[in-house]
Amino acid sequence: MAEASLTFRDLTLGYNSHPAVHHLNGTVKTGSLTAIVGANGSGKSTLMKGIVGVLKPMEGVSLTAPGARIAYLPQQSELDRSFPARVVDLVSMGLWPKRGLLGRHTAEDRETVKRALMAVGMDGFEARPIDTLSGGQLQRALFARVLVQDAEIILLDEPFNAVDARTVTDLVALIKRWHGEKRTVMVVAHDLDLVRQHFPQTLLLARRPIAWGPTVEALKPENLLRARRFDEAWHDDAPWCEPEPHEHGGDDHAHLHAHGHHHHHEHGEAHDSHDHETGPRAA
Amino acid sequence: MYDFLVAPFVEFGFMQRALAGSLLLCLSSCPVGVFLMLRRMSLTGDAMAHAILPGAATGFLLYGLEIVPMTIGGLVAGVIVAMGAGAVSRFTVQKEDASLAAFYLISLALGVMIVSLRGSSVDLMHVLFGTVLALNDEALKLIATIAGVTLLTLAVFWRALVAECLDPLFLRSVSRLGTPVHFIFLGLVVLNLVGGFQALGTLLSVGLMMLPAAAARFWTSRVEPMCLLALAIGFAACVAGLLMSYHASLPSGPAIVLSAGVAYLASILAGPRGVLRSRVRHHRHRTA
Repeated sequence: MAEASLTFRDLTLGYNSHPAVHHLNGTVKTGSLTAIVGANGSGKSTLMKGIVGVLKPMEGVSLTAPGARIAYLPQQSELDRSFPARVVDLVSMGLWPKRGLLGRHTAEDRETVKRALMAVGMDGFEARPIDTLSGGQLQRALFARVLVQDAEIILLDEPFNAVDARTVTDLVALIKRWHGEKRTVMVVAHDLDLVRQHFPQTLLLARRPIAWGPTVEALKPENLLRARRFDEAWHDDAPWCEPEPHEHGGDDHAHLHAHGHHHHHEHGEAHDSHDHETGPRAA
Repeated sequence: MYDFLVAPFVEFGFMQRALAGSLLLCLSSCPVGVFLMLRRMSLTGDAMAHAILPGAATGFLLYGLEIVPMTIGGLVAGVIVAMGAGAVSRFTVQKEDASLAAFYLISLALGVMIVSLRGSSVDLMHVLFGTVLALNDEALKLIATIAGVTLLTLAVFWRALVAECLDPLFLRSVSRLGTPVHFIFLGLVVLNLVGGFQALGTLLSVGLMMLPAAAARFWTSRVEPMCLLALAIGFAACVAGLLMSYHASLPSGPAIVLSAGVAYLASILAGPRGVLRSRVRHHRHRTA
C-alpha cells in the first residue's frame, strides 16, 4: 500500500475551547479518494481548515507528507465577488505555489490557465468579470484554479453546493481524473448516493469520527444512525477533556472505535451516562 | 489660454513646488486609495487621517511648524492606531470598523488636546488643512520619498494584495503572507496620509486618496486600469485645484479636493458603470 499523504494524531480542532473535531486519529493514503460525510456542524469544514493550517489544532497534529502541496477549495464565503477581477485573474491565482509573490507568469503559465478553463468547460470565459458569473460557473472557475495549482493533495469543501446536475457530473469527472493521476483527494459531500457511487473511501464525522474506511462499510445504516444522533450543541458546562494515554502505534482506522469510551461529553453513545437537560438530540 | 493654464506654473516657484508636491502625492496615494476602496475600507482612510493628529500635534508642540518632527510624530501615531486596530480585528471577535473607530477617537481627542496646549485655533487650522502653496524643498523631498517607497512596496506586494482582497482564505492556504500584507498595506495608508497632511492637511489628504479611486470605479472593472485612471483623475484634480486656487484666491487644499469631488460626481453620472449608461443599456440587450 502507498504511504500516507496525511496523518492525524489525536487531532482536536475547535473554537473557544469547544471541539469541532475531536481526537481524530488515522492516515489518508496517497492516491486515495475520500468523501467526508456528516451533519451540519459535525466538523467537516473545520477538519479541512485544520489540514490546510488555517486553523491551529487545540491538541494533536495534522501531518502532511513532506513536499506534498495542498490545494484547498473552501466554501465560497470569503471570496469577494465584487472585486474587479476577470475569470483569468481568479484562475491564475492557482499559479501562486509555482510562481509565488514575484515570479513572472510565463506564456506557458497562461497556456496552463487556458487549458484548465477548457477542462472545466469554461473556454472563452477568460475576460468575463467574476461578478457576472453564475454560481455553477464560479464553481467551475474555482475547480480550474485547483487544476492550475497542480497539488498532490486536493481538499474540496462542499463543491457540489448549489450546482446543477450537469455541473456536478463534470466536477465529479474532474475529481476522478485527479484520482486517476494518483493525487490524494478529500471531498466534503452531503449527497450519500453520489458518495456511494463515486468515492471509494468515506470518513463519517460527528465531531468525532464515527466510521472511516471503505464507503460501503462506513455508510452502513448503523453508522449513519449513530452519526445522526450526535449532539451539535456546545455545552458550557461540558467537562474538560483530560488527556489520556493513547497508543499511537497502529494509527489506523481500526482503533477509532476505541474512542468515545473515555470522553463523556460525546453524546449519542449508547453507554453515555452523562446527560444534559438542555442537550437537544437530533433524530 | 496659456496665461490661464500654464503661466502660473511657469512664473511662480511656489506654484511649481505645489504642483510637484501634489502630483507626487497622487502617484502613491491614488493606488493606495483604490485598494482601500476595494477592501471596503474607504472610511478607514478618513479615520486614519484623524488618528495622525496627536503625533503631528506633539511634533508641532515641541518643535513648532517643522515638517520632520510633525511627520515622524504623525507616522508614529498612525502606525500605533493602524496596528492596534488591525491587531484587535485580526485576533479578537471585534471587526475592524469598531476597533478602528475606538482607536482613532482616542487618538483624535488626544490630538486636539495637545494642540490646544499651545497654539491658537489658527495653528490647528494649519495642521488640519495644510498649505500646499508653502511646500519647502524639505517637504518635497519627503513626499517624493514616500511616493517612491509606496510604489516600490505596491509593486513588490501587488499579487499578494490582490489575492488578499479577492480571496483571503485562498491566500492563507498557499502562503503566510496574508496577515503581513494586511499590515504592510495599513502602513502604506498611514505613510501616504502623513505625506499628504503637509500638503493638504490631515482632513483633506484622505480626499485625494479616496475621491479619484471612487471615481475610477465607475469607469473600469479591472484593478490595474483602475489605479492608472485614479492617478489621472488625481493629477487633473491637482492641476485644476491649484489653478482655481491661484486665479480665484481660494484655499488650495479644498480646491484640489473639490476638483476631485467634481470628477467623482461626473463619473457617477457619465461612467460606463455609472447611472446614465446603465439606465440606457437596460433598454437594449443582446440575444446571448
